[in-house]
Amino acid sequence: MSSNHHIVPFNVYIKVLSALLVLTVFTVLVAQMDFGVFNVLIAMGIATIKATLVLLFFMHLKYDNKLFPVIFLAGVFFLVVIFLFCEFDIMTRIPESSVL
Amino acid sequence: MSTVEAKPHKVAHHFDSAEQEVAASKLGIWLFLCTEILMFGGLFVGYAIYKRMYPEIFLQGSTFLDWKLGALNTVVLLVSSLTMALSIYYAQKGQSSKSTSCLWLTLLCGFIFMGVKYIEYSHKLHLGLAPGAFFSYTETATLQGLPLYFSFYYCMTGLHGSHVLAGMVLIFWLIIRSHKKHFGPSYYTPLECVGLFWHLVDLIWIYLFPLLYLVE
Repeated sequence: MSSNHHIVPFNVYIKVLSALLVLTVFTVLVAQMDFGVFNVLIAMGIATIKATLVLLFFMHLKYDNKLFPVIFLAGVFFLVVIFLFCEFDIMTRIPESSVL
Repeated sequence: MSTVEAKPHKVAHHFDSAEQEVAASKLGIWLFLCTEILMFGGLFVGYAIYKRMYPEIFLQGSTFLDWKLGALNTVVLLVSSLTMALSIYYAQKGQSSKSTSCLWLTLLCGFIFMGVKYIEYSHKLHLGLAPGAFFSYTETATLQGLPLYFSFYYCMTGLHGSHVLAGMVLIFWLIIRSHKKHFGPSYYTPLECVGLFWHLVDLIWIYLFPLLYLVE
């Protein structure tokens, strides 16, 4: 497996860190503004872009065995499943008899 | 700077080749990271549901947090991720002393992160903003359910902080092995595996920062 010995160029790492820092500034800036219902979506969107950069370059997913992103995304998929099932449970409860 | 390994790595007898050993090690770490996602995931799901049910509690809770300290810790962790990745980069290039220096820098970032965390925690505990039943803050008019926010705050940052501490212990172990010249272009699997764990801890903080500090 030649991918194990792939060396990511130095300047790629520097560019990725710069992008992550710019996006962190962006996270703070958009938090000062009000986009209504989109607030959470924008914050999570930026966080996901940052997470993707870390995964692809720092964690070498871009260059590594393609089985690893499948494993990682399987975890994320089941997290979404847990979230949706919990939300459906809570939202479909009858308020008068719910203990929450 | 040496390109010669002082102690060449021996492939464990149950592997056919060094490539297979590396692939198996990384596969194991990725499966572990998957379980980590699900462990933190439970807290994130709880946060999302309670935030939707009681948005005003989370809004008031976040006002007790200093977003500047959160942003500082975000930058510290991002830089530490770079130095961790560079430590592998230099090991791959056979520059072992630079690789070791990068590990020291990563450990230093870990200490800065935990130091800032200590300042934040001690300030809150001093005010009485303690988790659950220990909550005793009475200074200004606060919402009745405010301890809910701090329960999430301490559980999420506490679990994350314990991961940072675990990562720091592992990085210290790497530093010892790196000083003994265990790593080089042909063998740096422990660097990669601990690195993956460290990056995941960074990744989780990327989500924790806006969720806890920048609530709108």
